[in-house]
Amino acid sequence: MADLDPVTLSRIQFALTAMYHFLFVPLTLGLSFLLAIMESIWVMTGRAIWRDMTKFWGKLFGINFAMGVATGITMEFQFGTNWAYFSHFVGDIFGAPLALEGLTAFFLESTFVGLFFFGWDRLSRLGHLTVTWLVAFGSNLSAVWILIANAWMQNPVGSAFNPDSMRMELTSLAEAIFNPVAQAKFVHTVSAGYVTGAVFVLAISSWYLLRGRDLAFAKRSFAVASAFGMASALSVVVLGDESGYLATEHQKMKIAAMEGMWETEPAPAGFSIVGWPDEEAQETRFAVKVPFMLGLIATRSIDEELPGIKELVAHAETRIRSGLVAYDAVQRLRQDPGDAAAREAFTRHRDDFGYALLLRKVVADPLRADDAAIAEAAWLTVPGVWPLFWSFRVMVALGFYFILLFGVALYFSTVRRFDRRWFQRLALYSLPLPWVAAELGWFVAEYGRQPWTIEGVLPTFLSGSNIAAGYVWFSLAGFAVFYTALLVIDVFLMVKYARKGPGRLAEPPAGEERRAGAQALVTPE
Amino acid sequence: MLDYETLRVLWWLLLGLVLIGFAVMDGFDLGVAILLPWVARDDTERRIVINSIGPVWDGNQVWLILGGGAAFAAWPPLYATAFSGFYVALFLVLAALILRPVGFDFRNKVDDVRWRRVWDTALFTAGFVPTLVFGVAFGNLLQGVPFHFDDELRVTYTGDFLLHLLNPFALLTGLLSLAMLIMHGAVYLIIKTEGAIEARARRALAFGAPLTAVLFSVCGLWIAFGIDGYVVVEGAARDAASNPLAKAVVREPGAWLANYRGQPWMLIAPALGYVGAAGAYLLVRAGRPGLAFVGSAASVFGIVSTAGLSMFPFLMPSSTDPRSSLTVWDSSSSQLTLFIMLIASVVVLPIVASYTVFVYRVLRGKITSHDIAERGPSLY
Repeated sequence: MADLDPVTLSRIQFALTAMYHFLFVPLTLGLSFLLAIMESIWVMTGRAIWRDMTKFWGKLFGINFAMGVATGITMEFQFGTNWAYFSHFVGDIFGAPLALEGLTAFFLESTFVGLFFFGWDRLSRLGHLTVTWLVAFGSNLSAVWILIANAWMQNPVGSAFNPDSMRMELTSLAEAIFNPVAQAKFVHTVSAGYVTGAVFVLAISSWYLLRGRDLAFAKRSFAVASAFGMASALSVVVLGDESGYLATEHQKMKIAAMEGMWETEPAPAGFSIVGWPDEEAQETRFAVKVPFMLGLIATRSIDEELPGIKELVAHAETRIRSGLVAYDAVQRLRQDPGDAAAREAFTRHRDDFGYALLLRKVVADPLRADDAAIAEAAWLTVPGVWPLFWSFRVMVALGFYFILLFGVALYFSTVRRFDRRWFQRLALYSLPLPWVAAELGWFVAEYGRQPWTIEGVLPTFLSGSNIAAGYVWFSLAGFAVFYTALLVIDVFLMVKYARKGPGRLAEPPAGEERRAGAQALVTPE
Repeated sequence: MLDYETLRVLWWLLLGLVLIGFAVMDGFDLGVAILLPWVARDDTERRIVINSIGPVWDGNQVWLILGGGAAFAAWPPLYATAFSGFYVALFLVLAALILRPVGFDFRNKVDDVRWRRVWDTALFTAGFVPTLVFGVAFGNLLQGVPFHFDDELRVTYTGDFLLHLLNPFALLTGLLSLAMLIMHGAVYLIIKTEGAIEARARRALAFGAPLTAVLFSVCGLWIAFGIDGYVVVEGAARDAASNPLAKAVVREPGAWLANYRGQPWMLIAPALGYVGAAGAYLLVRAGRPGLAFVGSAASVFGIVSTAGLSMFPFLMPSSTDPRSSLTVWDSSSSQLTLFIMLIASVVVLPIVASYTVFVYRVLRGKITSHDIAERGPSLY
């Protein structure tokens, strides 16, 4: 444990801080829209209970939002502190969406969020509603940019390696922005956020229903959450499927590993519902398969073959050999930038340059690698199969569970049956599940990208900063302690304010509307 | 598309603009947080001070986020070198910045004296530490930082990660940063509060404005006589691919003043540092706090620009391997990236500025003890 290298420690730190940040982001995405919907109903109907709902869920939103902002800065700093070579290598492309995120989304969200909380008395109804929508729009827009950046790591389009500056440079921002992976990822991720927001509201409303308190408030919240949740749950699964389809095109190894599919199977391949991937023996034991299903999902055809892990490793070997030509050319260009033959050779093989870099893990000088070294480097392209296989399956199962959950919730709220205690208990206990699904989804996407930080371009082990492990231990330990303390406080406040409930939001009466609102809270339907 | 050399200069200006945007906009709320223990004596007063910046600090902090993003997108080697080199210092800043949003939001959520005292301390720390560290960072940039590139352009920082950074000159620039934001924050508090808090803020201004001018002068003298600047003696073309290793650099006494000798108009920057500070002090006395804020903002603008102009074209000089130094001509992004990001900035920043003005207009007016009593639970 103590002899972990700085890159491994930085990966642990990045995973820890990103997954921690991602506890708050999905709820911000989902709740901001739910707030905007509730406030829209307040403005359209003038019924004060909807304004009180907006304010109450807004309190919980505020606690969560503070945590999201607090932990977000860490992410931006870490690329530079712990991944300096990555930053140098891809900043030309990767930095752009990050800067655009600050410019177009964070300013919008953060400037108006203050007015959301403190502008109730200072703005007209319509004015405040506009502010709420702008906050929701801003937080979702930030997801657009960060997922464009992330999608570029999975499918690095619109860029090429420049041997003169020793880095990847932009060739087309439009290609990076309209990266098909980015679009599927964006809708999949924000939908997951909407599901999280909807489960959050559904679960807490169910708790009020179970307790028989704040009924008018809880029923309305329950109804809004179930409708919004149903649409989102469908979207998350459909777009998750789209992500899988695109991964088949761009990250075949990720798909094969997620499926524990070692050998190429005749099309259309079967889907293993469960199984036990054995990485030593390179096979998946006890697989229970649904015939044809994987082939249909992943290729949307019945005759297209899906390559297995072993075939993909053989393919990686070819790319390493091709990449070595580019690698050799880069060494020659460093000696003499005017070497036209080297430049020509580089241009022909530049797409495989990253594969030659994999050899640096195996031998000191890739140009002296023998067949055994190349074979070993090719096997590095296989991510851990077991964790991917299972994370993916649990996430998908949860996705279908949410459709079921919201389907039933929508039915009960449509027929106005708010007395189904078994379902309210189920909804309450489902509270942690969207977070489990979101974290697993993040894990599948990023762990499945290994051994690359940029798929096919830059291996993870070369991406770090040249810093001593001791410093990373220092920051990692600091985060572990600090973040744990903050999480305890966050949960404590969330529970405190959820328990306090909307009826006891101690606000002094402010005119007629307020009294009407309080009336609506105590009068049953 | 604009030529590469022009784009590099424009992006140097734009990075400067964003960092000054941070120093001016987030600067006053960092300053207010530093002043919190001194200008507020009881819970109501502390809440007045906290709520004077409560609705706006988050938007202001985006200038810092944008500064990081702009450095990443437009100056990747600078971002990589500065962030990995200042590793420990940045994690201290980060810890402090993490305390800010939660400090604001959580403080008033539990009615308990100890709980609130914890968050008051957190908010003060979150103002004090970043202000000090960013000032210290500028002091280190002016002296040069120990790092070098290998021929794959992998950067290695060879100093230790904290103690080396806290040298006497850097501590002086750190103090200047604190004085500057105390001045700026005090003017803001004079605008937003009344009575006892306002009176204390006036005293803070009477202390902060002259101190800013004095420390700024001492820094200037130290740079003129005590610190060797850097000069590019043989460089690649200004529109060549970014590669810091393709140049030669020497250290020379007084080199950081060379730009002012060659381009005397640049002296406007240090002059603004003094005039702004004096203006802030005098305009408050003359009963014009709004204009005084323009004065303290101008002072911040002048002081930060002075550091940037002195070093031009250097962004981050290397003390141990001067040719690895990062300059405007060899550490930018590609021409295409600079161009696209320039267009995006030119289009979006005015929009940001206009809705920021709108929000400040909506929130105008003083925060009073009456507000705290009246709207208590819905405030911080």
